[in-house]
Amino acid sequence: MRHIINLQVENQSGVLARIAGLFSARGFNIESLSVGKMDSEAASHMTLVVRGDDWIIEQVIKQLNKLIDVYRVTDVTSTDFVGRELVLVKVYCPPAKRGDISQLVQIFRAKVVDISNRSMTLELTGNEPKIEAFLETLQPFGIQEIARTGSIAMVRDSNGKM
Amino acid sequence: MRGAALVIQALQAEGVKALFGYPGGTVLDIFDEIYSSGLPFYLTRHEQGAVHAADGYARASGKVGMCIATSGPGATNLVTGIATAHMDSIPLVVLTGQVATSLIGNDAFQEVDICGITRSITKHNYLVRDIADLPQVLKSAFYIARSGRPGPVLIDLPKDIQQAETDEPYPDDIKLRSYRPTLRGNMQQLQKAAGLIDQSKKPVIFAGGGVVSSDAQNEIRLLSEILDAPVTTSLMGLGIFPETHSHALKMLGMHGTEYANYAVQEADLLIAVGVRFDDLVTGKVDKFAPQAQIIHIDIDPTSIRKNVQVTVPIVGDIRTVLQELNTLLKPRQNPQWMEQIKTWKQRHPLRYPQTDKVQPQYVIEQLAKLTDNRAIICTEVGQNQMWTAQFYNFHSSRSFLSSGGLGTMGYGFPAALGAQVAWPDKLVIDIAGDGSIQMNIQEMATAVLYDLPVKIIILNNHSLGMVRQWQSIFYDRRFSQTCLRRNKQCPPDCQQANGDCSAAYVPNFVKLAEAYGAHGFRIDHKDQVADVLQTAITTPGPVIVEISIDREENVYPMVPTGAPIHQMLRGMA
Ligand SMILES: Cc1ncc(C[n+]2csc(CCOP(=O)(O)OP(=O)(O)O)c2C)c(N)n1
Repeated sequence: MRHIINLQVENQSGVLARIAGLFSARGFNIESLSVGKMDSEAASHMTLVVRGDDWIIEQVIKQLNKLIDVYRVTDVTSTDFVGRELVLVKVYCPPAKRGDISQLVQIFRAKVVDISNRSMTLELTGNEPKIEAFLETLQPFGIQEIARTGSIAMVRDSNGKM
Repeated sequence: MRGAALVIQALQAEGVKALFGYPGGTVLDIFDEIYSSGLPFYLTRHEQGAVHAADGYARASGKVGMCIATSGPGATNLVTGIATAHMDSIPLVVLTGQVATSLIGNDAFQEVDICGITRSITKHNYLVRDIADLPQVLKSAFYIARSGRPGPVLIDLPKDIQQAETDEPYPDDIKLRSYRPTLRGNMQQLQKAAGLIDQSKKPVIFAGGGVVSSDAQNEIRLLSEILDAPVTTSLMGLGIFPETHSHALKMLGMHGTEYANYAVQEADLLIAVGVRFDDLVTGKVDKFAPQAQIIHIDIDPTSIRKNVQVTVPIVGDIRTVLQELNTLLKPRQNPQWMEQIKTWKQRHPLRYPQTDKVQPQYVIEQLAKLTDNRAIICTEVGQNQMWTAQFYNFHSSRSFLSSGGLGTMGYGFPAALGAQVAWPDKLVIDIAGDGSIQMNIQEMATAVLYDLPVKIIILNNHSLGMVRQWQSIFYDRRFSQTCLRRNKQCPPDCQQANGDCSAAYVPNFVKLAEAYGAHGFRIDHKDQVADVLQTAITTPGPVIVEISIDREENVYPMVPTGAPIHQMLRGMA
């Protein structure tokens, strides 16, 4: 199963290497990892997407907790959470196809961020299924390049379905 | 105050009584402080010797061991020793010099990224880039090394940081927002455990190195007495439970006793304390303790459910947890189960065929007798280690020092030096093979010069015995590169049993001892064993006893890799 794990870590040199090293040394599979600053300089936030059965995920979480520089580990998968990823995608697009692609952009509420005689570059934010669906729909046009941030996630406080 | 002086202040504040190490360019400033500090310093002859000695000191004393080396090759020479300590959860603080911060990353002279190299073999490590961080780093390093599940912590200290000035005093408090080991066991889990124990008919206690780290041997003994339950230990747990006690099953696993292995396979409850279910202990893991529910007590949550399924996990400091658990239990008797255990012990004792050769098992038995089973025993790795584990009857924790997890040849002798530093008045013995002892033999100089009267007993089979044993059982006696008498004239397919091909001792360990200014003795005949060992033990100063043994002698019983632990090879006995 796919798990999304949030970490809060000390902003120390080597912390990223420590986490990456843990995954490679123990043979855990990491699907994506995103890192960013938190409100204070001293800490960073990371979101990991990991695949594995319950036994592996239990070990992953315990091993992460064991790292001295990691001070909070939350597996958000089973909670009500907001998960988002941003993708930039460059599709092959001669002027004649601009209309078709623009329509898709609207349907998915994506954005056009660059346009040339041969291509269009699009930006989309969403959860994983939405991004996958978007990319699949663009496939027939000819995707030239993709850059994805990896997921970030946050637990919801409301029970709402916003 | 300069960074280097702050280091010394930290060592003094932490009560460091012995420092092992080797100097070099990037630690000159620290060594300059050591010069006038009065700190007892032991200059080994190799950095590996220093780190193993610090480890032996830590294991024997229960305190944090401390060593120091220069950058580059000094640091890389520590790697095996750090990994050894890490695998066995031994508290060390390791200081390495580093090139100046302005040079880091430039492939400067004697620069290596030792933090990168040791990331997976330390509990934690630090590269100090700012003098302002140094006080907290030093304080945290000692705390992290000794608390929770202990382990080695490395501090990499660039030369300019050692020279930089700071007014910060050595702090009293640690500022670690994340690291808080759980000490007390969860009460609900404890009650569940007590319930399981109450229902069990065939309980077995399985205790390991964690019990040593937490100094809980009395609590284990009490548990065994309350429950009338037998106790087996891992290699790391030898000595926790007096091995002549009627409840003692001695060691479990690959070269454990038959009765320990049978008891675990028959048990309906395994109380596992401070163990990690290493593959040498479990054998084929899905056939391990097939009838048993398992209660697993450990300070490290990652040890629990890593290798085996557990019915009741309890995370906490072992001593604290056992103290609470023991109060929840009703005293009981298990006459039938203990009768069964007794029968196994009588029917399948540790044994070896009696011959008139000098047998290694006999040597260890004699040594046990002469020392009343009370010496501090270190071992190297291989057959020597297993015979010692089997035939010496350990009586207290911290009296058996051996590289269990990493299996480091060359560990025993320098570790014995460290143990001797910790306990100047105790008898410290290293049981060695002729292969292993040559991996750190240079420390003879350290032993002699610092008057550390360690007795080295070399069981000389002219072979890398344990590897040869596997070749003779599983590789059709193709003795590839395990004969230590092999020379240019030897036929490639030599299968000579006893290397009678040449009578030469290379090296001659007796003369080697003498070359270092120590005493050397040799034993060639069985009737010399007791007398010569007695002389060796009573001779002041470091001593080497070289004992010629039969290279065909193997360690039994033995569980072949991949077999369940009750299927043991018995050898000739
Ligand atoms: C540093 C190191 N290298 C290699 C090994 C693999 N190994 C395990 S036991 C052994 C043989 C040890 O020979 P010796 O020290 O003579 O002891 P014996 O088994 O003969 O008692 C070897 C080579 C090891 N454990 N450690």
